[in-house]
Amino acid sequence: MSHHIIEFRNVSFRYPDGTEALRNIDFRITHGESVGVIGANGAGKSTLIQHMNGCLMPTSGSVTIGDLLLTRKTRREIRRKVGVVFQNPDDQLFMPTVFDDVAFGPLNLGMDETRVRERVHEALSTVHGLDLCDKPPHHLSAGQKRAVSIASVMAMEPDILAMDEPAANLDPRSRRLLIALLKTFSHSKIIASHDLDMILDVCERCIVLRDGRVVADGRSAEILTDERLLEENSLELPLTLQTRRWREDTE
Amino acid sequence: MHMADALLSPAVGTALWAGTAAVSGYASVKLKERIDDREIPLMGVLGAFIFAAQMINFTIPGTGSSGHLGGGMILAIILGPHAAFLVMASVLMVQALFFADGGLLALGCNIWNMGVYPCYLVYPLIYKPLTGNSKNPGRILVASVVSVVVALQLGAFSVVMETLLSGKSELPFGAFVLLMQPIHLAIGVIEGVVTAGIINHVRSARPELLDSIAASRPLDTAISLRKVMVTFAVLAVITGGALSWFASTYPDGLEWSIEKVYGKGELPEDEHGIAAKLKGIQEKTAFFPDYNLKSAGKEPKKAEAAPAWPGADAGTSAAGIIGAAIVLGLILLIGMGIRTFRGRNAQT
Amino acid sequence: MTFDSLYYDIGRLDRLSYRDTFVHRLDPRIKVIAAILFLFTVISFPKYEVVALAPFFLFPVLLITIGEIPALFILRKVLLVSPFAVLIGIFNPLLDAGTVAVISGVPVSAGFLSFLSILLKFILTVSAALLLIATTSFPGVCHALRRLGFPAIFVAQLLFLYRYLFVLMEEAMRVIRARDMRSFGTRGTEMKVFARLIGTLLFRTVDRAERIYHAMLSRGFMGDIPILRKYHITTIDLAYLAMTIVFLVIFRFFRVTEGIGRIAQELFR
Repeated sequence: MSHHIIEFRNVSFRYPDGTEALRNIDFRITHGESVGVIGANGAGKSTLIQHMNGCLMPTSGSVTIGDLLLTRKTRREIRRKVGVVFQNPDDQLFMPTVFDDVAFGPLNLGMDETRVRERVHEALSTVHGLDLCDKPPHHLSAGQKRAVSIASVMAMEPDILAMDEPAANLDPRSRRLLIALLKTFSHSKIIASHDLDMILDVCERCIVLRDGRVVADGRSAEILTDERLLEENSLELPLTLQTRRWREDTE
Repeated sequence: MHMADALLSPAVGTALWAGTAAVSGYASVKLKERIDDREIPLMGVLGAFIFAAQMINFTIPGTGSSGHLGGGMILAIILGPHAAFLVMASVLMVQALFFADGGLLALGCNIWNMGVYPCYLVYPLIYKPLTGNSKNPGRILVASVVSVVVALQLGAFSVVMETLLSGKSELPFGAFVLLMQPIHLAIGVIEGVVTAGIINHVRSARPELLDSIAASRPLDTAISLRKVMVTFAVLAVITGGALSWFASTYPDGLEWSIEKVYGKGELPEDEHGIAAKLKGIQEKTAFFPDYNLKSAGKEPKKAEAAPAWPGADAGTSAAGIIGAAIVLGLILLIGMGIRTFRGRNAQT
Repeated sequence: MTFDSLYYDIGRLDRLSYRDTFVHRLDPRIKVIAAILFLFTVISFPKYEVVALAPFFLFPVLLITIGEIPALFILRKVLLVSPFAVLIGIFNPLLDAGTVAVISGVPVSAGFLSFLSILLKFILTVSAALLLIATTSFPGVCHALRRLGFPAIFVAQLLFLYRYLFVLMEEAMRVIRARDMRSFGTRGTEMKVFARLIGTLLFRTVDRAERIYHAMLSRGFMGDIPILRKYHITTIDLAYLAMTIVFLVIFRFFRVTEGIGRIAQELFR
C-alpha cells in the first residue's frame, strides 16, 4: 500500500486581484482518511480544493501529494492521483455525451479502447448511472449530473478524491444516494461543504477555515458538536443535532 | 438575411461552398499553428454565447421596433479573425440545422456573407486601422459603426448577387438592391452602436479580459490590403472555376429558358448558347457591370423560348398535374399506412 | 418569436434527435450524405419545374413517419422561416407575367410557375434540413462532418458550442427575466441596458470557459480532445443510401409524374 499522504506546509495563496485567500495553511492527511473542510463563504474552501491538483499554485509554502512536490512540472502526474470534483457539474461535464465525459480521463491516460470501455462501465455502475450512458449532459437532472461528474473522476481511478460542495443543489433523495456512495469509497477524501450533516456522516475528521486560516483541526464528532466554535466561524450545529435540541425545547 | 436553398442554384451553392471551405481550411491551419489549449472551449462557449445573445432583443430608439445582435464583428474583436470565423461558421451551422435559418447548401453562401466579410475583410482592413491601439470609447464607436455597416452592406449585396446568379427569382438587380441595402444600412448602424457599447462596457468593467484573451490567441499576422486583394482574387478564381465547370457540365442546373420544362425536346444549340452565355455573364458580372448587360443577355433567350409556348400541349400540362395529384395522394397513403403500422406495433 | 418559444423549439428538436427508431439508428454519415444529395437534386430542377417535384415529398414523409417526428412541428417551423423566400419569390408572378398555359380555362403565367416552384423547393429543402437534425443527434452530425473532412478544430469547438448552447440560453433567459421584471414598457430594454446585459453574460461566459479548461486539465487534457469511434456503417446503411440515390436519379431525369398522369388520362378516355 503506497503512502498517499497529502501535506500542506505553510501554504499561502493570493489571487491576482490581491485577495489573500489562504494564509499559512498547515495540515497532513494520511491514506484513507476522510476529511471535511468547513467554513463560512469566502473562508477559502474552494481555493484549498483547487490546490489539491494544481489548478492553483501556492504563492508561498509547499503542497506535497504522495512523493511529489506540487510544481508546474509535476502537476500532470499529480492529476493522475488526485481526482477533483468541482462545484458546478456543468463545468465538469463538457463532452457531448455522458460516455464521452467519463471516457475523457481514461483516454487521456493513454488506455486502449477496450480498457476505456471497461473503466467507463465500472465508473458508471458505481454511481448507478449506466442507463445515462448515451445521453447528453444537458438532458440530465442535477442529481444525475453530480453522479456522472463523480463517475468521470472515478474512471481515472485516483487515489485521492477532493470534492467542492458535492451535495449542493441536490434533492433529498439524490443527496442520500451521494452520502451512501461516498461512504463506500476507500480513497482518501477531502470534502469541502456547507452540508455539515453530510460531513458528520461521511468524514471522521474536520478542518475549520476562517479568513484563509485553519482555526480547528480534529475529529468531526468533537468539532461538529462544539456549538461555540461553530458559531464563532459563522456556522452552526448540524441540523440533525439541532432538531434534537428543538424537540427538547418544545417538550 | 440568410440565403435559402430554394432560391439557390447548384452552381452558385457549390461555388460559395468551395470558397468557404478554402477559408475554413486556412483558418484551421492558422489556429493550429499557435493556438493555446484554452482557446477551443472558449471558442465553443463564445459561440453558444453569441447564439444566446442573438435571441435577446432590444428596442431601437425612435422606431419602437426591436433589434438583435449579428455577432461577426464582436467575435472578431474578441477572438481575432481566424477563431472568430470558425465560431461564426458554427453559429450559422447550428442556426441552419435547428432553426432552418438559411439552407444547408446555402450555408456556404451564408458563412461567406456573414463570416468572411466581417472577419477577414472588415476587421483587418477597417476596424483595426480605425482604432489603432486606442481604447478611446468614441473612437471604438466610430470604428464599430463603420465596420459593421460595411460588413453588412457587403453581405447584403452578396445575397443579391447570389440570388440573381442562381436565376430562380425574377427580381431585377436594381429593385433587389434598393430593397436590401438600405435595410442593412439601418441594421448596420444599430448593430455597430451596440457592438461598441458592449466592447466599451467590457473594457470599463473588466479591463484585463480582452487583453488576456488576446494574449492567448495567435498573433494577427499583418494583413495588408494587397494580401487581401490577392487572396480574394485567388478565391474568385476557385469559385469562378467551380461556377463555370458547372455551367458546362450541368446546363440543366442553370436553365434560363423554359424550353425543357414540359419535355419539348432537346435544343442542343440553345444549350450551348446558354452555357456560353452564362460563362460570358459570369465573367461580366465578376466586374459588376451595369444591369442592362445582364438583362440584354436574358431577353433574347426568353424571346426565342416564347414561340414554343403557344404550342404548349395543354394535354401535357394536364397530364403533369394529374400525375402530381396521384403521386402526392400515394405518398400521403404511404405515410398514413406507416403511421398506423407503427401505432399498432407500439400497442403490442 | 419570443425567447421562450425559440428555446422550447430547439429543445424539442434536440430531444427528438435522441429517439430510437430505424431512421435514428442509421449511420450519421449516410444520413448527411443522403440529405445533401436530396437537397442538391431538388435545387437542380429548372426554374419553372413544378410537377416533377411531387415525388420528392416521399423523402420527408418517410422520415417523419418512420422517424416518429411530429409532422405539425416540422410544418410550423417551415412556415416560420418562409417569409424571406416568399418575399423574394412573390415578385415572380408580377414580373414574369406571360401566359404559358391554360388550365381549365384559367391562364397561368410563367412567373406563377416559378413562384410555385420556389415554394415547393422551399418546403422540400427546409424540411429535409430539419429532419436531418431531428433524426440524427447533433454529436452524430459532428461526427459525420469530421469523417467527411471538416477540420478537427472546427468540429471540436462545434461540439463545445452544442454542449453549452442550452446552458447559455438558460443564463440568457435568467438575465432577460431579471430585466423584464424591472422594466416598464420599453424602459429598460434600451440599447445601453442591452449592452450591459450582454457584457455581464460575456463575463460569465469567459469565466465559465476558464473553469471548463481547469476541469479538462484536471482530467489529463494535453491538447487533443480524444474521441472514441462509435459509429459503424452497416449494409443497411449502404442499402438506404443506394435506394436514395436510385430514387433521386429516377425522379430527376425521367418524367415519371407526367407519365403516371398520361396513363391515368388514357385509362379515363
